[in-house]
Amino acid sequence: MNAPDTNSPLLRVRGIAKRYGERVALHDASFDLWPGEVLAVVGESGSGKSTLLNAIAARDKPDAGSVEFQVRGGDLQEVFSMTEAQQRMLARTDWGFVHQNPADGLRMDVSAGANVGERLMGLGERHYGRLRATAAEWLGRVEIDPARIDDAPRTFSGGMRQRLQIARNLVTQPRLVFMDEPTSGLDVSVQARLLDLLRQLTRQMQLAAIVVTHDLAVARLLAHRMLVMQQGRVVEAGLTDQVLDDPQHAYTQLLVSSVLQP
Amino acid sequence: MYVAVKGGETAILNSYRLLAEQRRGNADTPELSVQQIREQLRLAVDRVMTEGSVYDPELAALAIKQAAGDVVEAIFLLRAYRATLPRLGASVALDTARMQLDRRISATFKDLPGGQVLGPTYDYTQRLLDFTLLANGQQTAAVPAATPTTEAPAFTPRVVDLLNHEGLIETHEVPQGDPAPVDLTRTPLRFPADRATRLQNLARGDEGFLLAMAYSTQRGYSHSHPFVGEIRVGTAELEIVPEELGFAISIGDMALTECEMVNQFAGSKTEPPQFTRGYGLAFGHSERKAMAMSLVDRALRAEELGEPVEAPAQMQEFVLSHSDSLEASGFVQHLKLPHYVDFQSELELVRKMRANGAGEEPQ
Amino acid sequence: MTTATTEYNFAYLDERTKRMIRRAILKAVAIPGYQVPFGSREMPLPYGWGTGGIQVTAAVIGPKDVLKVIDQGSDDTVNAVNIRRFFQRTTGVETTTRTADATLIQTRHRIPEAPLAEGQVMVYQVPVPEPMQRLEPREAATRTLHALAEYGLMHVKLYEDIARYGHIATTYDYPVLVNGRYVMSPSPIPKFDNPKLHMNPALQLFGAGREKRIYAVPPYTPVESLCFDDHPFEVQRWDVPCALCGATDSFLDEIITDDRGTRMHVCSDSDHCHSRRQEQQPQAPAPRSEPEQALA
Repeated sequence: MNAPDTNSPLLRVRGIAKRYGERVALHDASFDLWPGEVLAVVGESGSGKSTLLNAIAARDKPDAGSVEFQVRGGDLQEVFSMTEAQQRMLARTDWGFVHQNPADGLRMDVSAGANVGERLMGLGERHYGRLRATAAEWLGRVEIDPARIDDAPRTFSGGMRQRLQIARNLVTQPRLVFMDEPTSGLDVSVQARLLDLLRQLTRQMQLAAIVVTHDLAVARLLAHRMLVMQQGRVVEAGLTDQVLDDPQHAYTQLLVSSVLQP
Repeated sequence: MYVAVKGGETAILNSYRLLAEQRRGNADTPELSVQQIREQLRLAVDRVMTEGSVYDPELAALAIKQAAGDVVEAIFLLRAYRATLPRLGASVALDTARMQLDRRISATFKDLPGGQVLGPTYDYTQRLLDFTLLANGQQTAAVPAATPTTEAPAFTPRVVDLLNHEGLIETHEVPQGDPAPVDLTRTPLRFPADRATRLQNLARGDEGFLLAMAYSTQRGYSHSHPFVGEIRVGTAELEIVPEELGFAISIGDMALTECEMVNQFAGSKTEPPQFTRGYGLAFGHSERKAMAMSLVDRALRAEELGEPVEAPAQMQEFVLSHSDSLEASGFVQHLKLPHYVDFQSELELVRKMRANGAGEEPQ
Repeated sequence: MTTATTEYNFAYLDERTKRMIRRAILKAVAIPGYQVPFGSREMPLPYGWGTGGIQVTAAVIGPKDVLKVIDQGSDDTVNAVNIRRFFQRTTGVETTTRTADATLIQTRHRIPEAPLAEGQVMVYQVPVPEPMQRLEPREAATRTLHALAEYGLMHVKLYEDIARYGHIATTYDYPVLVNGRYVMSPSPIPKFDNPKLHMNPALQLFGAGREKRIYAVPPYTPVESLCFDDHPFEVQRWDVPCALCGATDSFLDEIITDDRGTRMHVCSDSDHCHSRRQEQQPQAPAPRSEPEQALA
C-alpha cells in the first residue's frame, strides 16, 4: 500500500448542505478525517447525522459542498467529480459501508462465503480455492465459525449477520469505512462484543471510519474524535474524551447528562 | 431398429385441417358470419381492437372468427396484421370533451353540467341467465323501447376541468416543443419509461392482468383512495391535418371509453395537497379496461409523486414488462416446444448429483 | 426453387423494418456480445417461438441464400418445419438440411456438429438475452452492470454452485465472455456447444424478439465460458456412441424405446448423423430436403 500523504487528510469534507423541499436537513458541515482515525457523528434522530453520512459516502448527492478523498496515488480527488464508474469502484474497494440493518448490506440468500468473496470476484479473482480460503479466514476474524461458510445469512442471528457484513466490507482492505448505527438493533450483550471486534479491526487494519450513532458509549469506545449534531448543524467537535468529559455546547451537555448511569 | 422420426411437415398440414374442422364445428349449425360477430359480440370486438391496437371492427370480428372465439389469439392476429402496415401519419389529438356521449357518469358529484347519463350498461342488470336468448333471434318478451333522454350537449365539460377551476387538481404543462410520444410499436421499451410511454403500454396491455394489478392497489398494495371522476362512453371525431391542405379534416368517428380516476394526494415536500389523476382509454365500450388502466396509471406515478414504491403495481419494470398478452402468452406457451436437448443436460446433471450425493460430500 | 407468394414483401417484413434491424445488427457486430435494443415487430409466429431469429433472418436473407432451419439439432421437428415453410412462402429461397450447403442457418438451441466456414451466417433464437436476468430481473440494473463491466454477480452464482454441488450446475445457456468485454447468453445451447462459439469463422447473430434485443459474435472472436481457474469449464461426455452412426464426439439425445425404460442414444444433429451413415452405407436413401409445396 502506498504511504499516505501525511500532509493531507484522508477525507476532506467542506460545506455539505442538503435540503428536502423547504426543510434544511444539513447546514454547512465540514471536517477532516485522517488515516486510521475513527470519527463518531453523534446526535438524536432528526439531527442530520445519517444524511451527512449518506452525502459524504456519495450515496445521496448533497445540494452543496465538496468531499475530497485521498486516492491510492496520494492525490485528493473530488468525489462528486468522479464518474459513476469510479465512484462504484471506490465503494467496492477502498471504501466500506456498514448498514444498520445487515440485510441491507448482504445478499441474504447467498452463502456467507460468496458474500465475503463477491468483491474479490468483482475485482477479477478467479480461483475458487483461494476465494474460499480468504472467506474462511475472514469469517474467523469476525468470530463466525468457518464451518458456516456455506450457510446463507438468512440462517444467522442478528449479531452474526452484522459481523458478516463487516467481513464483506473489509475483505478488500479498504482505507475508509462508513458505519450507520452498526450496533443499534442488536441485543446489548451482542453489541458489546461487536464493538470490541470493531475496535480491534480498526486498530489492526489502520482503518479510518466514520461511525454514526446516537449512543455515546459507542463513540466513547470506538472513536478518537467526535462531532455532535443538532438539527442539521455540527454544534461541537473535538477529541472524544474531551467532548464527553467536558462538553461545551448546551446540547452536548444535555446529551451527556441524559445518559443513564448504571 | 429405431428409425428417426420424420413427418413434421405432414403433421403440421394435418393439424391445419383438424383446426379448420374444430373451428367450423358441427356443419349442420349455420356458420357464424363476421357481420354477426361484429354486431352481436361487439364487446369482444372492442377488446380485440383495443389490445390489437387497430380500430377496425370488421377485422377484429374476422380475427375472432378465425380464432374460434379465443380473444387473446384474435388480438395476436390483429397485431401481426398491423405490424407491417405502412404508417401514413398521426392524427390530431382526440378531443374527448367533444365526444358524442352514449354514457357519462361521475362518482364524485351527484350531479354536474351535462348530467349523469346511464346509457347502455350491464351495471344494474341482475346476472341471471336469460334463457329466452336460447331461442334464436326471437324475443318472447318485447323489450320496451328505451325512452329518449335529453341528449347530452355536444360539448360536455370534464369533471377534472371543473375541479381545475378551484386549482384542486394537478395540472401538467405541455413540455417545451410538445415532443411527439415514443411509438412503442417501433422502438423498444426502456426503463425508466415516461408517462406517455407507460400509457401506451397499458392501452395495449392485457385486460386481465391490468385488472388484477388495479385490484391489488385497492387492497392495500399501495393506496391512493381512488374515485371515478368521470367515465365517458361515446364517439369522438378523428381528424388529420394533411400537408397539402394545412387544416384539419375529419376522417371518421371512433367509439371510445375514457376514464379519469381522481385520487387524493396529501402533498409532498414540494407539492401542496391536491387531487391527482389516473387515466384510462380504450376502444369501443370497455369500461373495465379503462378503469383498470387508470388505477394502474396512477400507481405507476408513485415515484414521480414522491410516494414510496412498495407494491408490484407501482413498479414500472414489473407492470410494463408483463402487460403484453402476446409476449406473455408466447413465452408461457413456448414451453410446449421441444426442449429435450436442454432437458438431456439436466438429466445428466441430476444423475451426476445423485451419484455424487451417494458417494463423497462436495468439497 | 419454390415460388414465393406475392402477397407479402420479400421475407415478409417491410423494407423500413429490415433496415432498422440491419442497423441494429451492424451495431451488434461492432460491439461483440452487447445487447442492442431493437423495435421488434409482432410476427405471424408468437413471441417466444423464434420471432427474434426470424426477424434477423428476414433482415439478412437474399434470393440467392440457401437456408437451413433446425430445432434441437433436427431439421424435422415441427417448429423447424414451420419456420422453414414460412421462409419458403415469403422468399422462395432454396432450403437444405445439409449444414455444409447452407449459407444461412437459423437454429433453436443447438450448433451443428459440422464446423462452419467463412461466409456462413448462424442465426440463433434467444428466449432470454440477459444472462443475469435470474439474478437481477430489473433491466435498468443489468444495463448498468454491463456498462461498468461489473460481473461479480455472475461469478457469485458459479461460486454458489461449486459450494453446493461441487461443480458448476449450469448445463445449458452457459454464460460466456465475448471479446474479453461483455458477458453474454449464448442462448439455451447445451454447454457442449459452447466451445464452437470461440474463434468461429462464421458470423453469429442472436435475435430475441420478445425481449427485443439483438447481439452478435463476429467471425474469429474469442469467446470463453465463465469458470474458475481451479474449476475449468468442461463439456458433457457420453460413455456410449450414437446407436445409428457410431459417432463418439457429437451431442447425443436419449430416446426411450420401450416401457421398461430401455434407452438408446442418437445424434441430436440429424444432418451429421445422416451424413455419417451415408458415408458408411452409400446406398441409404437421402431424406427429403425439399418438403412439398405447402397449403396456402
